[in-house]
Amino acid sequence: MSGDIKKFMFVNRKAPYGTIYALESLEVVLIAAAFEQDVSLAFLDDGVYQLKKGHSTKGIEIKGFEKTYGALDDYDVNKLYVDQESLAARGLTADDLSVAVEIMSRAELGKLMDEQDVVLSF
Amino acid sequence: MKFGILVNEGPYTHQASDSAYQFTKAALEKGHEIFRVFFYHDGVNNATRLTTPPQDDRNIVNRWSKLAEDHKLDMVVCVAAAQRRGIVDEGEAKRNGKDATNLAPGFRISGLGQLVEAGIQSDRMVVFGD
Amino acid sequence: MLHIINKSPLDRNSLDTVLTTAAGGSILLIEDGVYAATKGNAFEARLKAAMGKFKVFALKGDLEARGIADRVTDGVSMVDYGGFVDLVAENKTAQSWL
Repeated sequence: MSGDIKKFMFVNRKAPYGTIYALESLEVVLIAAAFEQDVSLAFLDDGVYQLKKGHSTKGIEIKGFEKTYGALDDYDVNKLYVDQESLAARGLTADDLSVAVEIMSRAELGKLMDEQDVVLSF
Repeated sequence: MKFGILVNEGPYTHQASDSAYQFTKAALEKGHEIFRVFFYHDGVNNATRLTTPPQDDRNIVNRWSKLAEDHKLDMVVCVAAAQRRGIVDEGEAKRNGKDATNLAPGFRISGLGQLVEAGIQSDRMVVFGD
Repeated sequence: MLHIINKSPLDRNSLDTVLTTAAGGSILLIEDGVYAATKGNAFEARLKAAMGKFKVFALKGDLEARGIADRVTDGVSMVDYGGFVDLVAENKTAQSWL
C-alpha cells in the first residue's frame, strides 16, 4: 500500500433487500475505510430507504443489516449524505432514519460528487 | 492512463459484461494500461468455465480469458461474492468442503481490498452494472 | 465528471436524477440509455434543455444495435468504444449511474 488517500464516494440509489446491492456495497465501504481512504456515502432515490430505521427481516428470512450503518462510525466512516428531495418524495424525514446523516439538496450533492476521486455505484 | 474496471453483473443477463469487455479492449488498443478488472455481485459469474453458450453468439467467459491471456490482465473475482454464488477454485474448494471447482482461466479469487487498491492505483475507475 | 447512463429514461430514473443533481460535465448514454437520444421520445425536450449544462454523447454501437441510429436527437454526438475511452480519460472522474 503506497499510503495514497483518495476521496471515495459510494452512491446508493437502490432499496434494501429487493436486491443485494445495498448490502454488498456496504462491504466495500468497510474495506475502503480499512484502507484509510476518505470515504463518503451518498443516498439518493430509493437508496434513502436503506437508512429507514426498524428493519425487521424475520418474515422474509433474509439477514438484516441495518446495524451495519450504525457501525460505520466505528470505522471512521461518518460522511453520510442524503438527498432531501428523495426523502421528501418518499414521505421520510430525518426522524425516520437509523443513523445521523447530513441532509442536503441535490445540487449540493452534485457539487460533492464533483470533488471525488473515485465514485462507485452498485 | 491506468484504468480500473468494475463489473457488477454476470454474463448474458445484462449487457454490463459485454460493455466492460468492449471498453477494456478499446482502452488496450489505444495503448492504455488496465490495472485490474474486478468482478463483484453477480459479476463473479463471468468466471465460471462451465458455460456452453450457443455457438453462433459470443462466448463471454472465453473472451475474457483470452483478453487476459493476450494482455496479461489481472482479473479478480471477489471471494465473498464468489462464495455466495458458487464460483470456486482449488483453495476455496478445500477451505469450504466443495467437491468441484469451476474457475475459468485468467481469473483469480481474492478480497475486496483488490477493488479498493484498483481505485487507489488507477487513474480512472469505470463501473459497469445494472 | 463523465456521467454514464445505461437505462432508458422511460424505464428508470437515472437520467432524471443526473440532470437534477449533477453540476455539469459530460453525459454518455450506453446500452439501453441510448434510447434517451432518439427524436420524438418523451424525454427529448429535457435532454435538449440539458445541453446547455452538459455535453451529450451516445454510444454508436448501442444505437445501431437497437435500430435507432437514424433518429438521433440533434446535439447528441455519437462515439465508438474508442471515443468512450477518450471521454473517460478526458474527464477527471467517471460516474456510472446504476
